Amino acid sequence: MRKFTKVTMLVVTIVLFAGLVGCGPSAPAGPVTIHVLTMDQAGLKPAEIDQIAREFEASNPDIKVVMEYLGYDYIHDKITTGMAAKPPAYDAVMIDVIWPDEFIKAGYMLDVTDRVTPEMKAGMFPASWNGVTRNGKIYGMPWLMDVKYFMYNKDILQKAGIAEPPKTWEELVDQAKTIKEQGLVEFPIIWSWNQKEGVVCDFTVLLFGNGGAFLDASGKPVFNDEKGVQVLTWMKQTLDDGLSNPSSVASDENAVRDNFMAGNSAFAVNWLFQFSDSNDATKSQIVGQAAFAPMPVFAAGAAAGVQGSSVDGSSSFAIMATTPYPDQTWKFLSYLASNEVQIKYSAEMLPVWQDNFKGDALTNLEGATPTNPMTVPAFMAQFPYANERPTVSYYNEASAALQLAIQEALTGVKPPKQALDDAAAKWVELAGQ
Amino acid sequence: MAAVSTSPPRRHLSLRQQDARIAWLLVIPSLIVILGVTFWPIIYTFILSFFIVPTGINQVRTFVGLGNYLEMVGSRTFWETIGRTLHFTVVSVGLELVLGLAIAQLIHSHPWGWKFLRFSLIIPWAVPTIVNGAMWRWIYSADFGALNGILMQLGLIKHYVPWLSLPNLAMELVILADVWHTMPFVALILQSALATLPEELEEAAAVDGASALRRFWSIRLPLLRPAILVALIVRTVDAFRVFDIAYIITNGGPAFRTVTITYLTYLNSFAYGKQGIGAALSFIISIFSIIMAFFFIRTLYRPEETQ
Amino acid sequence: MIRYGKFLRRFSLFLLTLPVLVFIFFPVVWLSSASLSTQVELFAIPPHWIPQHPTFQNYLDIFFPSQAASSVPRTFAIALLNSIKIASSVTLICIILGSLAAYALVRIPFRLNRTIQIGILGTRMIPEVSLILPLFIVASSLQLINRPIVLIIAYMSFALPYAIWMMAAFFQTVPIELEDAARIDGCTRLGILRRIVMPIAVPGLISTAMFTFLLAWDEFFYALIFTSTLAAKTAPVAIAEFVGRYAVNITGMMAGGILAALPPVILGLIFQRYIVAGMTSGAVKG
Repeated sequence: MRKFTKVTMLVVTIVLFAGLVGCGPSAPAGPVTIHVLTMDQAGLKPAEIDQIAREFEASNPDIKVVMEYLGYDYIHDKITTGMAAKPPAYDAVMIDVIWPDEFIKAGYMLDVTDRVTPEMKAGMFPASWNGVTRNGKIYGMPWLMDVKYFMYNKDILQKAGIAEPPKTWEELVDQAKTIKEQGLVEFPIIWSWNQKEGVVCDFTVLLFGNGGAFLDASGKPVFNDEKGVQVLTWMKQTLDDGLSNPSSVASDENAVRDNFMAGNSAFAVNWLFQFSDSNDATKSQIVGQAAFAPMPVFAAGAAAGVQGSSVDGSSSFAIMATTPYPDQTWKFLSYLASNEVQIKYSAEMLPVWQDNFKGDALTNLEGATPTNPMTVPAFMAQFPYANERPTVSYYNEASAALQLAIQEALTGVKPPKQALDDAAAKWVELAGQ
Repeated sequence: MAAVSTSPPRRHLSLRQQDARIAWLLVIPSLIVILGVTFWPIIYTFILSFFIVPTGINQVRTFVGLGNYLEMVGSRTFWETIGRTLHFTVVSVGLELVLGLAIAQLIHSHPWGWKFLRFSLIIPWAVPTIVNGAMWRWIYSADFGALNGILMQLGLIKHYVPWLSLPNLAMELVILADVWHTMPFVALILQSALATLPEELEEAAAVDGASALRRFWSIRLPLLRPAILVALIVRTVDAFRVFDIAYIITNGGPAFRTVTITYLTYLNSFAYGKQGIGAALSFIISIFSIIMAFFFIRTLYRPEETQ
Repeated sequence: MIRYGKFLRRFSLFLLTLPVLVFIFFPVVWLSSASLSTQVELFAIPPHWIPQHPTFQNYLDIFFPSQAASSVPRTFAIALLNSIKIASSVTLICIILGSLAAYALVRIPFRLNRTIQIGILGTRMIPEVSLILPLFIVASSLQLINRPIVLIIAYMSFALPYAIWMMAAFFQTVPIELEDAARIDGCTRLGILRRIVMPIAVPGLISTAMFTFLLAWDEFFYALIFTSTLAAKTAPVAIAEFVGRYAVNITGMMAGGILAALPPVILGLIFQRYIVAGMTSGAVKG
């Protein structure tokens, strides 16, 4: 039996070794550690959020905050897989405006209706609460209210002899042609039309600007009607005419910003962060040249009464339903979204507290950072026209179908009408499941 | 004298039986691991594929029988994905075999620096798949990539082309990246096989007047057959289940053109929250792999190969 | 005349090796050169093939992160460490368990031996995607997600059968006469294994170890699904996350890529003989 014990001992040793290496750090006694996942894209920069976390820890020594940053496109799947762990991989995650329906259905988001104080409820924009409220229950803390803005390069327009930025998309095309003919930039317009959520955002802006919509009153898809087809055809036409940069089809919002910052385009539709980055001397070649203008609409849309159009890209923070530390997490989120903190970092991200936009507080806000005098009026002008993407629980897969359809049309694989019809059929199928 | 043979009680087992005992002892730990980590999950996946399994906490699983399979078989996306995966497999493995054989031959003929060539061959293979993908993704980059840079400097293109956005080209570019990475495997196997080939056969044929091409075709190639077969089967099974490189270079785009069957499974299981469909897809992939494995075992395990 | 012909032949063969060498080295050299560039230079058109202002800053950001560096390089070093820990554990376990099983399977006749061999060979063919869902479901209910142990266990699914198969081929090359002789001298089965077979099969052990290490290091799919936080995230997952934000820090991604590739490439170059022997152990009848 000597051999038996030898082999057994060997196996036991291996198991112990694996256990030692494998089990990772155990939960430390003492301060509670919470994990928060957010995106490294729009909104505050990681360095700034880290700073906020350190400030919070300084005044709350019994809570430690570990932040994790991911590109926006990766967050959704990480949430799904992270939630499978017990305790969940994250205690709080950033929730994009299009996810609550799916995640509430899956049971991921904690009901925090009772934790919201009346000051918060009254102080923050109603629109921001709408993003996280379903059936009267609140599931998250608003944080970032963002819309897509229309930005243009003042210097390029001046050189081209254009006095005013365009008010309609048709005017935009004319101005872009002028700029191109004069050889100022090769491709005057850059978009985020890669096969990710970004293209649906751009499509939303254009679709509503043409008087179109995603769903009708009964919930049936109507984005494939003649207004939607017109929009998609227009998009493809600008590519064919060499006015929209061909790499738009492969670009996300970061790439759009890079292109605009390098002075390679005259017009770029993007979230707020593009403006502050464009004025960052360490990265941008066009410091001081970027300017806002109201988002153009289509002539047909204006005739139908559409005064403005953009897309709501707000995000909030939600507490994960299975977290062992809901109280500490809520405390941190309250701090993160508090008025003082938001004003301090308002260059990247405007506050969600509406009083800041009235009277003295408004003047205060506008003076808070060098770029605020431009961003605050732009926000106030554009936000009222922010359109929502459909709030359905199957949105993730539905959006994927629409992204695919737009890509197929833009790359010439399918005619626009057929591509949109196929996507609409998929939406109907998903709604029925 | 009455000599009573007092054999210790233990030795009622024959030598062969003792041996077998030891064998079991040595094999059981591995067996437990494999049964637990491979066999059981396959069965569980199979069972799962008969349910609708939404992701989430405390979600209800609904039994649908063959529903998931029928939905897949009826979906155009499924068949297009199978087609794309087969395209990837055939082209990728084909290129690897041809290139691998050519390079193996090249090394075998011992030109100057052949040792260095063989030494460097391992580098593309050793680079992790993800790093390989990230590297090629940057090379193909529409705005700043090396491919665009070279073609522009050679005067072959006038402006930068968004290579990875061309639906008809994207898959071939992914294939190129994959071939770069795995061709050394084939080349090294074939080169080792070439090195062990008996030279006398070919020398005799040369003396008899056979041309180099003839010698290659009728003598060398048949002798290489076992090595080629192994490389072929291993690479085919691996190519069919490709995921990492498609994920990192193109994320499945443009227009779904680089979504392979494993990628489709990932999407259904984790992005769309339909784990039942994901399970059904996994199972179909397993069946294919097992069929390939069957051929593999049959090829390799000739009767004389056992102990 | 003959010598001239032979020279010509050798020379033209040499010429043929040049495009092959370029094909092999260009991407890697470009990656290295990019990792030593600044972001501004990398975005230059036409590309600066050799950076005009080379810098090690990208590597420094990973190992000695300053506040200015974004968070991804800072955490990359941890991911590298995780990869090392996990790949080493997997290798160790597979070598030990695998060689024991392999020896039994090739040298000891017992009932079910053949069945087990075929079974193990078959499981090597099972794709990861087939196992991911059940493993994911079980791992999450056992609270193992985001701990290195879950990856170590999951990797067994492909590493252990591979290791057994490779070791089996190497054990078969040990002359059976030696074992028989030892048998006659009264050595026990385990004694033979320990004293005779193992020492001879050391090259085989090294081959298998290297191969297994590379396999584990390379793995991405399981790591992507099972690990999201620093506790267990591996290098390939970290690289993929770099790519997701590449416009923010491409040079960091390049440096990270080089670092993630260094261990397997260096091991591959040093232990090349062994690895190639491992690759061919099933292919070439020997």
